[in-house]
Amino acid sequence: MAIALRDVVKRYTDRDGTSIAAVDGLTLDVPDGVCLGLLGPNGAGKSTTMRLLTAQSLPDEGTIDVLGHEVPREAKQARALMGVVPQTDNLDEELTVRQNLEVFARLYRVPRAGLREAVGRALEVAHLTGRAETRVVNLSGGMRRRLLVARGLVHSPRLVLLDEPTVGLDPQVRADLWGLIAGLRASGVTVLMSTHYIEEAERLADTCALMSHGKVIADGSPAELIASHAGEHVEEHEGSPERLAEIEGLARRAGLPTRRTGPTVSVLRAEHIPSSLADTLADGGSNGHRILHRPANLEDVFVMLTGETVD
Amino acid sequence: MRPLTERLRAFEWAPVRGVWRRELALFRRYWASSSFASLIEPTIWLLAFGFGFGALVGHVAGYRYVDFVGTGVVATATLFTSAFPGMFNTYIRRTYQHSYDAVLAAPVDVHEVVAGEASWIAVKSGVYSCAPILVALAFGLRPGVGVIAVPVVTVLTAAGFALFGVWTSTIVPSINSFDYIISGVLAPLFLVAGTFFPIGGLPGWAQTLAHVNPLYHCVELVRHAVFGFHPLADLGHVGALVVFAALMWLLAVRGMRRRLID
Repeated sequence: MAIALRDVVKRYTDRDGTSIAAVDGLTLDVPDGVCLGLLGPNGAGKSTTMRLLTAQSLPDEGTIDVLGHEVPREAKQARALMGVVPQTDNLDEELTVRQNLEVFARLYRVPRAGLREAVGRALEVAHLTGRAETRVVNLSGGMRRRLLVARGLVHSPRLVLLDEPTVGLDPQVRADLWGLIAGLRASGVTVLMSTHYIEEAERLADTCALMSHGKVIADGSPAELIASHAGEHVEEHEGSPERLAEIEGLARRAGLPTRRTGPTVSVLRAEHIPSSLADTLADGGSNGHRILHRPANLEDVFVMLTGETVD
Repeated sequence: MRPLTERLRAFEWAPVRGVWRRELALFRRYWASSSFASLIEPTIWLLAFGFGFGALVGHVAGYRYVDFVGTGVVATATLFTSAFPGMFNTYIRRTYQHSYDAVLAAPVDVHEVVAGEASWIAVKSGVYSCAPILVALAFGLRPGVGVIAVPVVTVLTAAGFALFGVWTSTIVPSINSFDYIISGVLAPLFLVAGTFFPIGGLPGWAQTLAHVNPLYHCVELVRHAVFGFHPLADLGHVGALVVFAALMWLLAVRGMRRRLID
């Protein structure tokens, strides 16, 4: 197992003395060679979990094992074997792309003889070879993010922690980074990726852990999670508030879960809607009532389980 | 060779070298402006006090006033070129740039970061602080052979004040709060160190304060290195600077750990 957390608790104290558990009894296993997506809304405890794994946060309770090293006691050893791509852009802006990588190659103890090769490989992975001598301050947002990934890979780690790797990026740059992460996953590196983008988790993760209020509330492959909690299809109804309330009531009486998102009500497990009910639900073609059929997704699962939205 | 995870020790030089590599890269870019400021400021002090006051005073404590000030300004330069980067650079990197969060995700511990930052500042400051001696040479200073020990004194003093800066960067609530440190702590230290006038003329309480002022011990050591050592007294001065640096090391590491690890 690359990562094993058992009953981990991390509490913070507010200014007024109130104790808040950012991570609250978290138990999580990440097997070797797997890309696990840690999915949850802001404040679910994803970033705190990442900091606990690098011992930048110390747990109040529970045990943490990373690549066979007990953290925080052997955190230095664990950190030597993992790469971290933070959510915050903390690159050295005054240095060039190459200098940033060289500094971190040293911090990761890359031997002097292999330093040039390691930096070259990281530049190549991040498609930044042509920008090696550019100062970071002159890079675009997407290039900076790719450099953050390259910096986390410069020592060829066995485990990579990606904390919200594409947050705030435009779709083109996000797709670009997804390609990079997919390549990493294909190379057999274990990846723990926190995200609040459903699509990101669905595309990249072999398995997902849904986090809410500091603990994992469900885990499994995206397909398993969707199948077990949201079914195959979703029927989305858009219409007047009265009509939507009526649909919610009808669906629930038939034992079908629903979720409300803004002006729509989604009936999950739509494949199980009895034909008699299907007619009733569809019978509202007037007053702007529209019905959309779509496959169920992880967001449906998440909203089902927590009542919260993630994106 | 044993695997890296077995070779890692509680204190490693690799992180220190990593910090130095970063600083050297930056220094190569900014050496001209950085050197200009570090050289011109003590030169102005020397010209203003040495020749301005020097024309009025003549001799102080058995030295030509220009020689007295020339050696005193070395300590002033050490103070400012070490405490300021210790305070501001560390604060900015921790709070705004989050540089230390990136470094601490690598196999690096807080005390190694502090060692890297403080040692770079100490060496750079220690070297630059010798500039007033060179300027004073041009104005007739005739030092003894002990002058070659001046960089050792300035590096040791700068290490203490760099660590002082790192520590204070962890206790101020905002970057503006450094004004309290500069005006309330550094300025008094600078004034009661025997830099521009001997402390013998000060009231008793100020003389006592001077003796616990690390800068005073630096001034004394620099003067003695240039004009002749007083072995027993100088051992005491070295001891005071070592104690100061050790105390600041403990406070700086503890402060940084409190700020960076939650």
